[in-house]
Amino acid sequence: MTLYLFYFLSFLAIFSALLVVFSKNPVYSVLYLIITFFAIAGHYILLNAQFLAVVHVIVYAGAIMVLFLYVIMLLNLNQESEPHKQTLIKIAAVASSGLLLTVLVGSLRGATQVVTKTGGAEIGLVKNLGQVLFNEFLFPFEISSILLLAAMVGVVMVGKDEEHAKPDN
Amino acid sequence: MLNLIIEMKTPIEYYIWLSTVLFSIGVLGVLFRRNAIIIFACIELMLNAVNLLMVAFSSYLNDATGQVFVFFIMAVAAAEVAVGLAILVMMYRNTKSVDINILNRLKG
Repeated sequence: MTLYLFYFLSFLAIFSALLVVFSKNPVYSVLYLIITFFAIAGHYILLNAQFLAVVHVIVYAGAIMVLFLYVIMLLNLNQESEPHKQTLIKIAAVASSGLLLTVLVGSLRGATQVVTKTGGAEIGLVKNLGQVLFNEFLFPFEISSILLLAAMVGVVMVGKDEEHAKPDN
Repeated sequence: MLNLIIEMKTPIEYYIWLSTVLFSIGVLGVLFRRNAIIIFACIELMLNAVNLLMVAFSSYLNDATGQVFVFFIMAVAAAEVAVGLAILVMMYRNTKSVDINILNRLKG
């Protein structure tokens, strides 16, 4: 049963990831990316990482994708107006990413000897993750809050429309 | 609460192959498209492939450190997307386009 769910979610993720790359309209690309993210959240649930699955749906499907859609709508890009690359460059892109896939598969094949321990399957719950996050990783946690603050200030500075802001001063 | 726990029967190799394929699709998208927003989306796809593999190893090794790292990667990705999209909006304001071929004026 778990294996069938794995196959279904993997097929969904890979298929919609390919559609992200190959659909002409940027809005469709972003919507297919949301399907990919939901499939990955399903994988997290299959892997007993329930807290991360919920956070993944909230952060990616809820926040980041809304940001993408807002920018596409604001810039009025929801039409198929993208000039395409030359055919030679497209063939080169497909060939190089296929070669990367071949190299990765070849180097990872047979390289895994993971011992699966049994018993501690509830590490993905919020209780255990909170224990680890606020004991071992307390300092990186605080640093990441500074990172988010800096990103917010930077976005406001970059996104400010200077030509329209000047008469106000 | 404990009946949420799912017994894992999928071999870890399957997750390695899935993550490899997703990462390669992300690389393909970055090389294939010219729309900068789609390139950002493909970078997110690559980050998610790495996240998936990290969660898989974390679950199979019973070590919560991997999942905490995924948490930090999500925070960094959120910051990165916000800054990147702001730069895109600024670029669109100056050039009226999000085509990355226009950006080669940076090349001196």
